[in-house]
Amino acid sequence: MTDLAQESPIVTSRYQSDAFAARLRRRYAAERRFKLAGMAAVGFSLLMLAVLLGSIVVQGLPAFLQTQIRLEVNFDPAVLDPSGKRDRQELAQANYQLLVRNALQSVFPDVTERGDRRKLSDLVSSGVAFHLRDRVMDDPAVVGTRQSLWVIAADDVDQIVKGASPRDVVETERRINDRQLAWLDVLEANGALRTTFNWTLFTAGDSREPELAGLQGSIVGSLLTLIITMVLAVPVGVAAAVYLEEFAPKNRWTDLIEVNISNLAAVPSIVYGLLGLAVFLNLFGMPRSAPVVGGVVMSLMTLPIIIIASRAALKAVPPSIREAALGVGASRLQMVIHHVLPLAMPGILTGTIIGMAHALGETAPLLMIGMVAFIVDVPAGFLDSATVLPVQIYMWADSPERAFTERTSAAILILLAFLIAMNAVAVYLRKKFERRW
Amino acid sequence: MNIRTAVSPTAATTATHSAALAVAGTRVKIAAKDVKVYYGAKLALKGINLDLLESKVTALIGPSGCGKSTFLRCLNRMNDTIDNCRVEGLITLDGEDIYGRHIDNVQLRARVGMVFQKPNPFPKSIYDNIVYGPKIHGIASTRDELDEIVERSLQRAGLWNEVKDRLREPGTGLSGGQQQRLCIARAIAVDPEVILMDEPCSALDPIATAHVEELIDELRENYTIVIVTHNMQQAARVSQKTAFFHLGDMVECNDTEEIFTNPRDERTQGYITGRYG
Amino acid sequence: MQLTVLLVVLLALTVMGYHMGRSRAVAVAGNGVRLHSVPTYHGLYVAVWAGLPAFLLFALWAALQGSVALHLALSGLPADLTNVSEQAMSLLKADILNLAHGVSTGREPHPAILAAARHYNELMALGHWSLLAVGSIVAVGGLWIARSQISVSLRARNRFERVVSVALVLCSLVAILTTIGIVMSLLLEAIRFFARVSPLEFLLGLHWSPQTAMRADQVGSSGEFGAVPLFVGTLLITVIAMAVAVPVGLMSAIYMSEYAPAKVRAAAKPVLEILAGIPTVVYGFFAALTMAPFVRTIGQGLGLGVSSESALAAGFVMGVMIIPFVSSLSDDVINAVPQALRDGSYGLGATKSETIRQVVLPAALPGIVGAVMLAASRAIGETMIVTMAAGLSANLTANPLNAVTTVTTQIATLLVGDQEFNSPKTLSAFGLGLVLFVVTLSLNMIALRVVQKYREKYD
Repeated sequence: MTDLAQESPIVTSRYQSDAFAARLRRRYAAERRFKLAGMAAVGFSLLMLAVLLGSIVVQGLPAFLQTQIRLEVNFDPAVLDPSGKRDRQELAQANYQLLVRNALQSVFPDVTERGDRRKLSDLVSSGVAFHLRDRVMDDPAVVGTRQSLWVIAADDVDQIVKGASPRDVVETERRINDRQLAWLDVLEANGALRTTFNWTLFTAGDSREPELAGLQGSIVGSLLTLIITMVLAVPVGVAAAVYLEEFAPKNRWTDLIEVNISNLAAVPSIVYGLLGLAVFLNLFGMPRSAPVVGGVVMSLMTLPIIIIASRAALKAVPPSIREAALGVGASRLQMVIHHVLPLAMPGILTGTIIGMAHALGETAPLLMIGMVAFIVDVPAGFLDSATVLPVQIYMWADSPERAFTERTSAAILILLAFLIAMNAVAVYLRKKFERRW
Repeated sequence: MNIRTAVSPTAATTATHSAALAVAGTRVKIAAKDVKVYYGAKLALKGINLDLLESKVTALIGPSGCGKSTFLRCLNRMNDTIDNCRVEGLITLDGEDIYGRHIDNVQLRARVGMVFQKPNPFPKSIYDNIVYGPKIHGIASTRDELDEIVERSLQRAGLWNEVKDRLREPGTGLSGGQQQRLCIARAIAVDPEVILMDEPCSALDPIATAHVEELIDELRENYTIVIVTHNMQQAARVSQKTAFFHLGDMVECNDTEEIFTNPRDERTQGYITGRYG
Repeated sequence: MQLTVLLVVLLALTVMGYHMGRSRAVAVAGNGVRLHSVPTYHGLYVAVWAGLPAFLLFALWAALQGSVALHLALSGLPADLTNVSEQAMSLLKADILNLAHGVSTGREPHPAILAAARHYNELMALGHWSLLAVGSIVAVGGLWIARSQISVSLRARNRFERVVSVALVLCSLVAILTTIGIVMSLLLEAIRFFARVSPLEFLLGLHWSPQTAMRADQVGSSGEFGAVPLFVGTLLITVIAMAVAVPVGLMSAIYMSEYAPAKVRAAAKPVLEILAGIPTVVYGFFAALTMAPFVRTIGQGLGLGVSSESALAAGFVMGVMIIPFVSSLSDDVINAVPQALRDGSYGLGATKSETIRQVVLPAALPGIVGAVMLAASRAIGETMIVTMAAGLSANLTANPLNAVTTVTTQIATLLVGDQEFNSPKTLSAFGLGLVLFVVTLSLNMIALRVVQKYREKYD
């Protein structure tokens, strides 16, 4: 700057003073701190998400593996079919546990004491006897044969082999004693010990024994419940949205309905459970624990969500479409069904899928209507007792056995997988059919 | 936001120019040299050269969309808040490049204040609206100092008598004209050197407009004022210098009287005679 | 599965009606005579007449048939069996139903009850067959009537559309019905509860131990139903959750709407939404299994006594769950503040953080308060996290390191499992449910009103 332009008036010196500059630096420092706080907040949220998902993944992945032991089972006719008649009743009631014991004994003939023999049998799951029985009932011709079978190991064995329970601690702190460990080592050396994919998790129903417990019952239960929810909530919800958006006059009644819907969307889910209990179970006498009741309760819960999402989708269709349809002489209903609804369909579909995903993860109301019982069989119809996946997770979470902890985490991973799939479909549909008006 | 091309005029040449004018009796407060503004790929201002003189009111007139407001917003770097806006060229305040290293935009905006088209008082009390600026810049901190600033600013804005008894009431409770004068008082409270006004009266009724125009004339004594206006009569009433903008160009800049009685460019002539709006 | 057979028959009749109506309409139109409505509508009209009355009859009959049959079966029993307490009566009903469905009750059934069960089954079978007959007659009758009305001038489309309009209105009324259902069921059961336990004791009492007498006819229950520890527990956990969610959610919203570059915002926002989509049972599991031991270890390291199920663990995890809620609501609210206010502040030479703290946030305050209230309502109504992580002991404490229980946990645990429906214990759950509903509803309504007023200010 030349000195001709140097005649700065006194009033500007304030903003060019050192004091001002110092203050400005402090202000910018405060600005940086504020921005940092914002980033920290976002970072904290992402961190918590990572910790949550990470801990569940780490805990749950081992559950997808199951330890198995190979036994040479002698389907001794003397034990199974002493009369030689191959009578089904007799076969069903034979002592299969003895076959298991004998098979193990054949590997470890020097185990004679009663207590030790017990410990030896404890290496395999208590359900193995039933599996052997099922095998014989399916095909009685195996009686009299020797089969080499891979059977499920007991949950304590499973945990030790997978490393979830520590091996190198004092015997009293383990559930598997030293002798049992020695036997396991022998089995392993013989190639009779392996860990494979845990199909039981997907094919079996619930069980008290962790190694026999599976999710098929709850997955099917969830599916049946969701079907009912969808069949009830979607038509009613879309119809209500259509009415409110296209036909309803703007009067007090409509306002009342709208206020109702936004309130219902915010009611705690457990209150819906109370409603289900009082009205559907007690008043209407519907079967407790059935997907039908669960579905009805969930549909009431999902209804406001679907109505709100559908209304938004309908609102997004520009009025010019409606006017054009009416202009060529369509009736109001025809205009809505032939013109507006198809255009709003992607939005409605997305909202429906998100509502269903929400319903899939709900637990509390289904506890109230009884879907929390211990149910072993896979439900076959809408009226059978069933449970759903989140409730199964809740029940397993309560179990003390270590092996159930990893199975609960695995069940959570499966539930999350379903939810991710549903949301991905919703996002895909939205992206594909999104129209920019 | 600021891309200085290699061939832009330097601060030195501007200073020389200012010096020349200083000799002639009027200082250049803000000088714009070859200022271009891009919105994305679209060129909104095509190279503006304009000097804004100290203690004078300069009016920027022209049809809608010709870039007057855009240019105005360059002068206090308000275009920085718009994401895809890019400014090129040189703008100096007292000879210093406002996009340069020596002037920070917080500091700049304290020296170059702005009044907007639609009055935008904060949802605070009248008192708090006015002391907001002085507080953040640290101009005053004690209660007495702040009271004094409030009274002085409201006096200068011609609003003191109307609101002196209700300083604690919300600023949004005033009438449109009062709100705009409040915004002017708010801008004055920070003690700027320049006040930019973007169509300050377009949202006001005629009586309020008259008040504000009177105010502008009084303010001229202490501040440099640049006013964008749609209303040619208003430009003729309040300004000493007028610049006519047309489709992103600054067509003509001259004494107000000259522009309105003897325009040199035919585009200016066409606008003034109302051939196009 | 007999009901499905009936449904299939009805459906078949409806479809048949549609086709018959349509073909009749085409026949009438014959030689270039123009119908008022396209034949499809005639078909739909007939289908509606065939299906709708029959279906309504079906629904009503099927719903009531069970209770009527049970009532008749009971009336056939000798008086000494039926003149018993309410509790024994419901046991009796359950026995009859179980026997009728072939489920063993584990006891040797009384011959009269066995007979009643058989009677019930006979009645049900009779009912089903009569329904099939009557339903079919109604369907066919409706079909006939409608078909005979088909003519050139029949405004079939209008009539059909009127039926559809009524259906649409009814669907909208489901929302009101649901609310009425909720209110009625909560109120009625709660009133029965308050007949046995005074409301004052409930709302102000300091001891919660709902164990009631084992014998049904014992006079007076030994349970205490003072719900204050539950209210305090709920409040404690909600406060902890808000203390986590509000600062984090608000600052996240501010950062993402004011500072973050578009790419960061586009990436971070959906990830935050994932937090909202994770089922609460997962959060509960995480809180119980990972968070609570973690809090315990830290507490013990600091020399503090932490119980294994602490309010802090549950509250913290609940706070994390609510973050996206607060964040997205605040985001909407902050974006609603007009740019003009921000411009005014920048024009005076304020920095971004000064503008946000002193202009934008105060302007957005009502909206943010509304958002916080909605989030609090969500926290109060949350069940799974607290049930799994906060425990069942009704401590009256303000120490976040203790175990507390909440209103929702108690509702869940009181009603899970086989309880007779009328003991004070199970009814207390409805009392709690009523309080919960009223509190969350009030919070929601106030919050929505606040947010609405705020939006109106800036539109």
